[in-house]
Amino acid sequence: MTEFLPVFFVFAMGLALLVYVVLDGFDLGIGILLPLASEPHKDVMISSIGPFWDANETWIVLGVGILLIAFPQAHGIVLTALYTPVTIMLFGLILRGVAFDFRVKAGDDRRGLWNNAFFAGSLVASMAQGWMLGAYITGLQDNTTSLAFAALIAVTLPALYVMLGAAWLMIKTEHALFEHAMRWGKNAWLPMGAGLLLVSVATPLVSSEIAARWFTLPNAIGLVPIPVTCAAAYLGIGWLLRRPDVLRAGYAKAVFIGLVLICLMAAFGLAYSLYPDIILGRMTLFEAAAHSSSLQFIFWGVAVTLPLIAAYSIYVYRVFGGKTTALSYE
Amino acid sequence: MEFDPFVLARIQFAANISFHILFPAITIGLAWILFFFRLRFTLTGDEAWEYAYTFWVKVFALTFALGVVSGITMSFQFGTNWPGFMEIAGNIAGPLLGYEVLTAFFLEASFLGIMLFGKQRVSNRVHLIATFLVAFGTTLSAFWILALNSWMQTPAGYSFTDGQFYAQSWLSIIFNPSFPYRLTHMLLASFLTSAFLVAGVSAWRVRQGVDGPATWKVLKTGVMLAACVIPVQIFVGDLHGLNTLQHQPEKIAAMEAIWETEEGAAFTLVGLPDENTRSTRYAIKIPYAASLILTHDAQGEVRGLNSFAEHPPVAPVFWSFRVMLGIGMLMLLVSWSVALCYLRGKRPGPVLLRALSWMTFSGWVATLAGWYVTEIGRQPWIVRGLVKTSEVVADHSAATLSGTLVGYIGLYVFLLYSYIHALRYLSTKPARSLEMTSPGVKPALAQGAP
Repeated sequence: MTEFLPVFFVFAMGLALLVYVVLDGFDLGIGILLPLASEPHKDVMISSIGPFWDANETWIVLGVGILLIAFPQAHGIVLTALYTPVTIMLFGLILRGVAFDFRVKAGDDRRGLWNNAFFAGSLVASMAQGWMLGAYITGLQDNTTSLAFAALIAVTLPALYVMLGAAWLMIKTEHALFEHAMRWGKNAWLPMGAGLLLVSVATPLVSSEIAARWFTLPNAIGLVPIPVTCAAAYLGIGWLLRRPDVLRAGYAKAVFIGLVLICLMAAFGLAYSLYPDIILGRMTLFEAAAHSSSLQFIFWGVAVTLPLIAAYSIYVYRVFGGKTTALSYE
Repeated sequence: MEFDPFVLARIQFAANISFHILFPAITIGLAWILFFFRLRFTLTGDEAWEYAYTFWVKVFALTFALGVVSGITMSFQFGTNWPGFMEIAGNIAGPLLGYEVLTAFFLEASFLGIMLFGKQRVSNRVHLIATFLVAFGTTLSAFWILALNSWMQTPAGYSFTDGQFYAQSWLSIIFNPSFPYRLTHMLLASFLTSAFLVAGVSAWRVRQGVDGPATWKVLKTGVMLAACVIPVQIFVGDLHGLNTLQHQPEKIAAMEAIWETEEGAAFTLVGLPDENTRSTRYAIKIPYAASLILTHDAQGEVRGLNSFAEHPPVAPVFWSFRVMLGIGMLMLLVSWSVALCYLRGKRPGPVLLRALSWMTFSGWVATLAGWYVTEIGRQPWIVRGLVKTSEVVADHSAATLSGTLVGYIGLYVFLLYSYIHALRYLSTKPARSLEMTSPGVKPALAQGAP
């Protein structure tokens, strides 16, 4: 049990953060795309995420929560080291979150202001998250290479989010906005691919420990499916984005699934790069783990509630399934 | 001027937590009030309740959003500002916070979508259940976070070895000595805050002439709720005080600014507590009252501040307590005056309506003051008697902290201004019940999103 619990919680934490990236990723992506759309389209775009964003955002609270619950020693180190990007991300998330409401409740003369806040908040939060991820992967170091790497992910993650946002809009909207979403997706495809490729190449370069894990036989052979799946999904998305008729016929979901697949593979890759360290080169997850009496107490909570959360989340997505209509309190 | 990073970290966390609490203080109570509106509509079919719901659910959505974003900030600031706390008390605090996320946050956030926008997509019964689950979620959230807060005030069920807490009994940890009192006190505070908010805004709408049958119904609901809750709150507050006397006597001594241990202690109505001279200047006192309130015996002994090796800063605790008490008395006066009108079969007149609208945000002031009493009153400890706040602070530079602090405060002031502005803007729009007077004219549906 003492070995099992830390591994279980690191898995749960990874899962929560992966779900966050996918779910709030499309929310944030739509926020970044907002200035490109006309006023009525802005309303539809925000309506397409309105009923979900709040629950989507809760996944990052769970992810950080598990870090805190299960690995309190690492929690303090990670969040202290990331103090500045965390603060910037929080400013972004605050602006984005309140703009949802203020843009329709503060009066028409302030609508433009809150649309801008929605965009700026989404962009800032996405970039800060990328930066945090980059800093985390390099083991929270302060040298130039690490900072450059963090900056690289800070511009790549928003591109991924924009793709997710565009894919979500293709699923949820019709007519002119659908066509826009298709174009936005197509435009973001190459930058995202370039970013992901650069990140993949740079990761082993900035960390000799990660390089050693990836490029020693026989493990290297077992890892081949990760880049291969990523490349296949990426090319498949590219192929689809150039076939509007296929997308219009309802295959836009495949773009979204392809992106989820890329996120999943990235998560696998990251997990393999770090495990069993919770802070690369400094602390293993077993060293950072909370006492097993505490882990056991919360284990049952996670085991019971997580399936329930999944069930009612799916229910809510089904209630608001299909193409987006204007949201109304009536 | 040199700023102490410890003081800055505390100010930053205090600013965040003060800003945050304003919104849950409304949403916990307002969620149940909304459930009540929906229930009344379902049972009576009276459309006024439906209009009341439609108006107030917008306020709820706005308030909830502010609560969520400031709450997320808080969950990160535990780590960014007080990493030592999680290293020392993570075994206790972690699971309690975890259960809050797992059982409450997801529940309320998920069903909020249905509560706000789902009326056309689900049956009335499912919508009612969704509204109930959101209200239940907000209350459950208070349950867990107050369990942790109370444990920091009156720790129980733990062992403390090698600088770390370990859980011995989760039941004792959750139901620690001050928890039942603090939870009840806070939930009632939230009911009072939201009751005065709905009554105050409704009174304002009536005075502005944007009223309708629904507005009067809401006003009456708010006033009657407040009138019923306030005496219970005073009673529970007294019990909470007695519990504090038993477990944190230094906090009571600071609240009352009693310097020397004495029998038959007087209650200081107002005065200026001064820790340098260790006396209260310009004190106006009621003889024997403090002993009577605290020990229920005019000659009872009350421990003074000088008998403690360490005690919280006196003046802020003393004054916060008096602000809370003062607002509580005002709440009693106003809500009972209006309730009395209703009992006589009359509607409140212009003076009482004005008083009600002045009291719109009185719950905020009282809640904040109450929290300052209990949190400043816990100092210098973060876990009372065991770990000091100064031991767990992060070592950020004063420059970093003051920079982000300015940012946070600027943002909070802007958001608070925007919130009150939006509330005013929403309240100025005519009530739906008025618009509906011309039959066949259906008002345009609200466009856009939340």
